[in-house]
Amino acid sequence: MKILVAVKRVIDYNVKVRVKTDNTDVDLTNVKMAINPFCEIAVEEAVRLKEKGVATEIVAVSLGPKECQEQIRTALALGADRGIQVQTDDPLGSLSVAKLLKAIVDEEKPDLVLLGKQSIDSDNGQTGQMLAALAGMSQGTYASEVNVDSGKVSVTREVDGGLQTVSLNLPAVVTTDLRLNEPRYASLPNIMKAKRKPLDVKSPEDLGISVSSTLTTIKVEPPAERQAGIKVASVDELVEKLKNEAKVI
Amino acid sequence: MAILVVADHDNGTLAPATLNTVAAATAIGGDIHLLVAGSGCGSVVEQASAVSGVSKVLHADNPALENRLAENVSLLVAELGKDYSHILASTSTDARNTMPRVAAMLDVDQISDIISVVSEDTFSRPIYAGNAIATVQSNASIKVITVRSTGFDPVASEGGSAAVEAVASNHDAGISSFVSEELAQSDRPELTAADIIVSGGRGMGNGENFELLYKVADKLGAAVGASRAAVDAGYVPNDMQVGQTGKIVAPNLYVAVGISGAIQHLAGMKDSKVIVAINKDEEAPIFQVADYGLVADLFEAVPELEGKL
Repeated sequence: MKILVAVKRVIDYNVKVRVKTDNTDVDLTNVKMAINPFCEIAVEEAVRLKEKGVATEIVAVSLGPKECQEQIRTALALGADRGIQVQTDDPLGSLSVAKLLKAIVDEEKPDLVLLGKQSIDSDNGQTGQMLAALAGMSQGTYASEVNVDSGKVSVTREVDGGLQTVSLNLPAVVTTDLRLNEPRYASLPNIMKAKRKPLDVKSPEDLGISVSSTLTTIKVEPPAERQAGIKVASVDELVEKLKNEAKVI
Repeated sequence: MAILVVADHDNGTLAPATLNTVAAATAIGGDIHLLVAGSGCGSVVEQASAVSGVSKVLHADNPALENRLAENVSLLVAELGKDYSHILASTSTDARNTMPRVAAMLDVDQISDIISVVSEDTFSRPIYAGNAIATVQSNASIKVITVRSTGFDPVASEGGSAAVEAVASNHDAGISSFVSEELAQSDRPELTAADIIVSGGRGMGNGENFELLYKVADKLGAAVGASRAAVDAGYVPNDMQVGQTGKIVAPNLYVAVGISGAIQHLAGMKDSKVIVAINKDEEAPIFQVADYGLVADLFEAVPELEGKL
């Protein structure tokens, strides 16, 4: 079966973001960028399915400016077979991303589409579900276990009260939770090999999709600062403060 | 203009977060209709019709809706939702699973996890793990929104007298099925609704040591949470995780024990009213947000704390 994996270029998760002084956005100049951690887990899962003999081909796709080719190359170094970039400098909302991915799905006809459950920049958590809706596919979100078996995929999902297992008809969309797997590191030979793997560049126009959004960001502000409090010397003092000063117990 | 709120429930009980979502709908303004979609969920309908501020309860009862599979529920919500200006749901895993599907079917962008209502078309929401707050305006014909419950004080669960209207539902996409579920059992309050939370991190060392926290929690009537490190190390199940990728909480008192305070954890708890940190590393970032910090070995401090409550 063929697997399509979507990866997003985002700010590295360790970076403390700064809001621009004009409050239009966060400042991303000269900031370390990386593959979104949940997307990395999606790539790893696809590679494991290939190693198990379930998948035959893995196509990694990323949407955005030219630089997101770096993240596709990372996915190729981790084991994806070829890449597709949809190049656009326009900001993309989740719905636009889902529509562009739907167009790629129509061309590639994958049996399984793997995405992260959310990107750590916009924190939307929408794209996988939207793609599934547009493509008329079933969805297994927040996956912590994925098993493909005779035309179906069984997905164990992390839900509020614990775990839930669903059985989905293929083709399906699965979004990954953190505990699905532990992504591997790309070795240097694989990074070198990834440079020679095919990478197609398309535009939204090639796919017949016009990128637009019904949402406008009016401003971006830093959150209210929390003041550091005091250090107490003993458990007695802590209990006393909680009872009499904070009055929370 | 009317607002459709999708009730969060387990076929037996209306989830408290629904009351916060109704509060957000009240802030937007307009007639509020509450949709209860499930199977054999009569008691939920009863609770829903008593919620303050709700004018109508829509009740869809069908076996295909029993496990609230997104493929089926989204068909119903998208169909009903066409007649509303806003469709709201809380940020539970059920809603996060279903609502983006609804939004795509209605061909509108979704606004996730709002923490405040500026006006009927403008909302604010945290981005970058809560390190920035974005204010966004939507000109979509139908605004599909999920609501972070800790951003809104709940409306009263009693006192309303909404009329109940049965809505036909034979929505079964037939492409997915429920197999099983494994829910964690606990007598303690639910994490996202608890007034006090005691949380443990990697510093707890192992799962058995969480017993120390359970004892303190029981004295305080508190829920017990955990950092991602503690969950990944297998000390406790993942539904206890507080953070960007787990649950977002804002209790009156949050006690962080053996938790360093990584960005992803802070994103889940830094709106708590009072934060207490117990950690032996006085450089731990958690002390930068803690109202009261105690630099001590948790294995001595926690039992002592328990004894003094």
